[in-house]
Amino acid sequence: MDNKEDVIVPEETNEMASVPEEKPDKGFKFSEDSLKRKFRISEFLSKYIITGVAFLNITIIVLIFVFVFKESLPIFSSKQKENTEVYGEEGPERYGETEENQTLQQPERYTGEEEVESGPERYGIEKDTQMTAEQFTQDSILSGKGNEVEAGSDEATFKSLTGKKWYPVSDHPRYGLVPLFVGTLKITLIGILFAAPLAILAALFSAAFAPKWLREWVKPAIELLASFPSVVIGFFALMVMATFFQDVFGYDTRLNAFVGGVAMALAAIPIIFTVSEDALTSVPSTYTEASLALGASKWQTAFFVTLPSAVPGIFAAVLLGIGRIFGETMIALMATGNAAMISMNPFDSVRTLSATIGAEMAEVVFGDTHYNVLFLIGALLFIFTFTLNAIAEFYVKGKLMKRLQGK
Amino acid sequence: MRKMQKITGGLMVGVTTISVMLIIAIILVILVVIINGGKEYFSWEFLTAFPEDGMTKGGIFPAIYGTALLVLIMSVAAVPFGTITAIYLTEYARENSFLSRTIRFAIKTLAMVPSIIFGLFGLGFFIKFVGGGMDQAFLGGQLKWAQPNILWASLTMALLTLPVVIVSVEESLRTIPRELREASLALGATKWQTILRIILPGARSSILTGTILAISRGAGEVAPILFTGAAYYLATLPVSVSDQFMSLGYHIYIMSTQSSNVDQTLPIQFATTMVLLLLTFLLNFTAIIIRARLRRTK
Repeated sequence: MDNKEDVIVPEETNEMASVPEEKPDKGFKFSEDSLKRKFRISEFLSKYIITGVAFLNITIIVLIFVFVFKESLPIFSSKQKENTEVYGEEGPERYGETEENQTLQQPERYTGEEEVESGPERYGIEKDTQMTAEQFTQDSILSGKGNEVEAGSDEATFKSLTGKKWYPVSDHPRYGLVPLFVGTLKITLIGILFAAPLAILAALFSAAFAPKWLREWVKPAIELLASFPSVVIGFFALMVMATFFQDVFGYDTRLNAFVGGVAMALAAIPIIFTVSEDALTSVPSTYTEASLALGASKWQTAFFVTLPSAVPGIFAAVLLGIGRIFGETMIALMATGNAAMISMNPFDSVRTLSATIGAEMAEVVFGDTHYNVLFLIGALLFIFTFTLNAIAEFYVKGKLMKRLQGK
Repeated sequence: MRKMQKITGGLMVGVTTISVMLIIAIILVILVVIINGGKEYFSWEFLTAFPEDGMTKGGIFPAIYGTALLVLIMSVAAVPFGTITAIYLTEYARENSFLSRTIRFAIKTLAMVPSIIFGLFGLGFFIKFVGGGMDQAFLGGQLKWAQPNILWASLTMALLTLPVVIVSVEESLRTIPRELREASLALGATKWQTILRIILPGARSSILTGTILAISRGAGEVAPILFTGAAYYLATLPVSVSDQFMSLGYHIYIMSTQSSNVDQTLPIQFATTMVLLLLTFLLNFTAIIIRARLRRTK
């Protein structure tokens, strides 16, 4: 080892980045001049191009946020006040980012005005939906929730966004996000209640009890579940699970939050398993050895030493699982029944935020209020998952690190 | 007392074992049920024929073709981009610098963002902003690029699969021994030469693994292409990148939820699902085997 360091100039070994990269062609003498980095155009270009491409990854995230949020802006353009309130809640740093792209947003506001002018299109939609007005009242009676009609205005102001009704296609469209939120939360809760215990216990088995050869089989096997496309899980839930659960529990609506939640759990299990397994195996072996040396049995060590020390990591895993379920679209579209109603019964149909985007975006008029509201839902979903990810990344990891490196 | 502890211990271990077995059982049940339901209708004609009679008969060739084209364009975009990012993270970035930490966080976020958001982004950015801009600039406002097509769908999908490529390539770049790099540099090669001649050849099979995993992910995702290019039914195959396309996953979704005669087409749906499932399954399996072999040789 020491020999090697003698060959390379000692001070250069400290930083890999600045190893001398030119041949002393005459005399083979290391002079101060020959050790200086020479300017090479290919090196310069490759370095900056690679850095630039890597930097694009950050740009993509910013662009996703900006463009999804931008399309939802016309909702706020009439009520600027609420707009700033929303910004305040979302934290200042993102506000800065959107401000940078203020120039990008200008044309959008312009098209927004244009769309208002193009009346005929919207008129057409209203005509179509006049027939569904009857059905709409039926729906409200069926769902048994507040029959009083809010003063319906065409504008999706902030007030109507917090309303309890989601009737985007009707004479008086109402864009109350509350039923969608309730539906999403219900699905998430059911899904995580199934997924988290199963996945964490499985991770504990793999990390603490399984012999090495078995572990090498169990891990890829469970991670194979992650490779199942969500549309396949959705199809399975729709065709097989829904019928099976209906036979077992005997409820009325075949597609409901329960079926959707269990199907979502299938999608969330691999991610929770992988992350919590990593957390469990990264608990230092000194912990377990100390516990075993004190006379604790293997299972006691696993449950009372390994598991508690990995709690922050497991918490992160559950957060990621929640994020996965929250944003899952295809399973929600196929297996939850897609009825926007507020109820606490797990066997009622629900409509989730993401499924609403997936189902309605294809039929909506570009630039319509409905279109903007769907993008707003998208922006909310993005903010939510972003926040979850940030918590899992910074808070939890920091805590875990502190704990494992001796407080 | 001892006995009690032994029993509880056995129970605890039993519970964890059962969880593992349950998860694996679920995987097997899904596989068996779908293969069982699909194998009757599955045949060579099914793979190579067009849908007939309003999709109640015939095959799924256009959907397979569309999916293949989608993942091809997607790989062309995502693999170089992802590989370069991985090279930056392992070769250029200092381990804990602000930039590399931010990039890592961005990649993690990219992997976490719900796939439907990518669909919205594809619509807002690629179709409306880029496509609309191209139409304005080159075609004088004529509508060509500002509508859903396979190019925009593929690029949207490429963003979604980017983290898969990056993580896979970066993991293997880290396993290339430091001595190899040092030897190359000590012999007078520049950094870029080292990357081109030493690092990249060493990472070849992991780039392949990353590509396979990305393809498997891209072939299965439906939400991002819902409104960026997938079509319900097309009588002809897409010939240019500005055409719409049919995709396996979208086909399953449409057939099982939107069509009027769901029961009648059930065998087709099962067979299509089986094709998609086996496709992603085989791709992942290949990736796992390549990876395991790599680990063994190291």
